[in-house]
Amino acid sequence: MTSALELRRVSLSFGTRRVLDGTSLTLESGECVALLGANGSGKTTLLRVAAGLLQPYTGEVLVAGTPAQAGRADVGIAFQDSRLLSWRSAARNVALPLEVGHGLTTAVRASAATALRRVNGLALADRAPAELSGGERQRVALARALVRDPALLLLDEPFAALDAPTRNQFCAELPELIGDAAALLVTHDVAEALLVSDRVLLLTAAGEIGGEWKGLRSLPANQRRGALLAPRGLSQQAELLAALSGMEHA
Amino acid sequence: MRSLYRLQPALIGLLLLGLWEISVRLSGVATFILPPPSLVAARFAQAWGDGTMMRHLLPTVMEVTVGGLIGGALGLMIGIGLGLSGVARRLASPYLVAAQSTPILALGPLLVLWFGPGTTAKIVICALITLFPMVIATLVAVRDADRGLLELGRSIGASRIQSLLLIRLPSARSGIFAGARVAATLAVVGAIVGEWLGGSAGLGILVNLARGSLFDTPLLFAALLQIALLGAFAYTLVVFAERLSTRLLR
Repeated sequence: MTSALELRRVSLSFGTRRVLDGTSLTLESGECVALLGANGSGKTTLLRVAAGLLQPYTGEVLVAGTPAQAGRADVGIAFQDSRLLSWRSAARNVALPLEVGHGLTTAVRASAATALRRVNGLALADRAPAELSGGERQRVALARALVRDPALLLLDEPFAALDAPTRNQFCAELPELIGDAAALLVTHDVAEALLVSDRVLLLTAAGEIGGEWKGLRSLPANQRRGALLAPRGLSQQAELLAALSGMEHA
Repeated sequence: MRSLYRLQPALIGLLLLGLWEISVRLSGVATFILPPPSLVAARFAQAWGDGTMMRHLLPTVMEVTVGGLIGGALGLMIGIGLGLSGVARRLASPYLVAAQSTPILALGPLLVLWFGPGTTAKIVICALITLFPMVIATLVAVRDADRGLLELGRSIGASRIQSLLLIRLPSARSGIFAGARVAATLAVVGAIVGEWLGGSAGLGILVNLARGSLFDTPLLFAALLQIALLGAFAYTLVVFAERLSTRLLR
């Protein structure tokens, strides 16, 4: 069966700094994987490579078995900074990916409304981005990523700028929003990774996958939520993660 | 309270006019040197009543409109081209700056020689004087478009032309309209300069007539007032167009 996303020994440098070093990972269809790593470890770079926005120097990136390419209709992206067009209403921001392919038709408007409803954001439809809170902006950005019903969803720390209650609310809602799509969630927050994903990958500062925890979906919800109280610091959190799950640590 | 706040600029204007009126009357300055505002107002009304102002206003409005639109449209297109292409920017910038450094008043006689003393030369002067601020404002605004938004465009598969129309130009809107505001007032200056170089009707001609053969200083002030009102009207039109664009883009 074809994987939703496959990175094979991908390497990429910015100047003399090697960001990704022979990184490989696979996402199966319907799977939600969190990519955990400290700031500057190359998580966002990996996501941009997966989206086809950056070309690796070596290695191969496949989306649904075909080479990754920017602009694929079967890939949706939500960026960390929401990237809403300030001059458009929330609904027209959500419609943008469809508008690029079909123009602003009635069907496109209807699809945008459906995507907004899916993220509980229909009431925001006519509001300008400047009139939205941080959480509402991310809700709209998520609707935009979902509007083309992508098979692969790439989420770049979409909740990083949100306050804790809003973030927790998003984490609780996200699995349902993702639905049957495969999702790669980039984050530096263990709690977020625990609450949302089936599998957690740890990206080291050297740009390699340094750890993998599987089977998180089978964990009781209270144990996942317990991680919210986890002490800060990635190594401590990773240890806590392993201790909590008692799972296979690759 | 809010209406008082809005009236503040008008109140300041009335105060200054009052000071001007009182100073002239108390000092006994001759009205052919500095007429009081009441006399200017009376002459302004008389010039409108006997058709003098309308006869001279219409040619100027025509020159400002046609020249401003041609210069604005050309400036917009050149600015977009230079904003998108670093090579074109590097090649053209020195010549643009050199052209702008040449006073339009010095170019005037040459333009009259080439296009004759009629309307064409005045329109060309208007177009030239509006071109540079539009080119520079558009160039900078298009060049400095938000990289994140452009990446969003790539991620949803926007073509280069879609990226320009849906992202770059709307995001550059406020910069472009700032240039258009300057250009609108300069278009009036261009028309007046063109009329000083020759012709039979226009507000520039009226200023010359009032100063020279008619020796009618109140009429000269009335013509200056009309020129200022025309500039303010042109500026307001641009502001209105900007607001309209905001509404249409939502």
